[in-house]
Amino acid sequence: MTGQACYAVLGALLFCLSFHALIIAVHPLRRLLAVNVMGSSVFLVFIAGAGPRDPLPQALVITGIVVAVAATALGLNLLLRLAGPAEDDRPSAGQDGS
Amino acid sequence: MKRLGHAVLGLLLLMLAGVLAWAVSLPVAPGQDVPAHIAGSLADSGVSHPVTAVLLNFRGYDTLLELVVLLVALAGVRCLAPLPPPSGGGAVGGVLRELAALLLPVLVLVALYLLWAGATRPGGAFQGGALLGAAGILALLAGRDRFLAVLEQRLWLLAGLGVGVFLAVAAGTLVWGGTLLGLPPEQAGILILVIESFALLSIAVTLVALFLGTGELEDRDP
Amino acid sequence: MAALSLLPPALDLLLAVALLLTAWRALYTRALFPAVVFFVAFGMLLALAWMRLEAPDVALAEAAIGAGLTGALLMAAVARLRGRDEDKP
Repeated sequence: MTGQACYAVLGALLFCLSFHALIIAVHPLRRLLAVNVMGSSVFLVFIAGAGPRDPLPQALVITGIVVAVAATALGLNLLLRLAGPAEDDRPSAGQDGS
Repeated sequence: MKRLGHAVLGLLLLMLAGVLAWAVSLPVAPGQDVPAHIAGSLADSGVSHPVTAVLLNFRGYDTLLELVVLLVALAGVRCLAPLPPPSGGGAVGGVLRELAALLLPVLVLVALYLLWAGATRPGGAFQGGALLGAAGILALLAGRDRFLAVLEQRLWLLAGLGVGVFLAVAAGTLVWGGTLLGLPPEQAGILILVIESFALLSIAVTLVALFLGTGELEDRDP
Repeated sequence: MAALSLLPPALDLLLAVALLLTAWRALYTRALFPAVVFFVAFGMLLALAWMRLEAPDVALAEAAIGAGLTGALLMAAVARLRGRDEDKP
């Protein structure tokens, strides 16, 4: 198996692994992790499937990585909001616990 | 029942894995030779590194919209979480402060180098911007409150500058050249450098602000 | 020389197995913080994979953004979630 095919198959396996985790997971942060791994596996298939040193998929994947981090940040903020304000110590909130 | 469901799910996904692995190892039907196409018009792009040429020139539209996506994500995060108040500083551990003093200049320098290198070899605004953003996060963790204050006051100006300059260039090319983002070959190099410089700043500021929305500067004692 | 030409495929396979293992640990470890650490390790190994695929630009972006900044974001979120519902799968 050549290197390229090796990474393409790896991408397919990673996709299914993270898909499984996405379905099974309970905690929303775990789902975000799964979606991130899923995205990376698609990038792997995309780049390994194109010819070597093809700049077009590389540029698109760089775009994809930045969009992924933006989506992750938004998702994390949403899930923090869903979890509600922490009851435990938050020094910046200005309240003195106990 | 739940066990059966998990077993069926696992089986289905194993089958999917098999089919996908088979599908991705099929030979790709030869289409247009894109790398040769790009290499052929590289001379007109203003840079000699093909990936930068694709990102900023041939598919500049994608990159412009990507910067817009970053702005939209920032708007979403800002709606959810206010910026943390500056905690007065001074309570950060000495190791972190020394490390930041040592690393910050190096990080900024490497980020600017990556921006400059993008024209001829691997590098560019996104990698440099991410590094500059990491430097900003380090500065915040090390208690540089002046930086936080600047960020607070000028957040939207700094974060929007990249899109603004990109749009200005796009409008300019539309008025003078007739095509949106059709960079003229003679000025393409300098235009790309200008776009990338402002994009670098905006990407870095946006990433720092995204981090600020998510995390608290927890290592500080009030 | 024969051993030398066998080295790259072995490296690719090793990298692929390491990627699968770190991804598996990131997605199925019970506690969240170790999962995030495994995710960052996964990102760094993926940067190596991009180098093997002759995509240095993507490798740089992955190391800086995919592993570095995403890792920082995730850790900040885990720190804020800590103590509430950490042991759900």
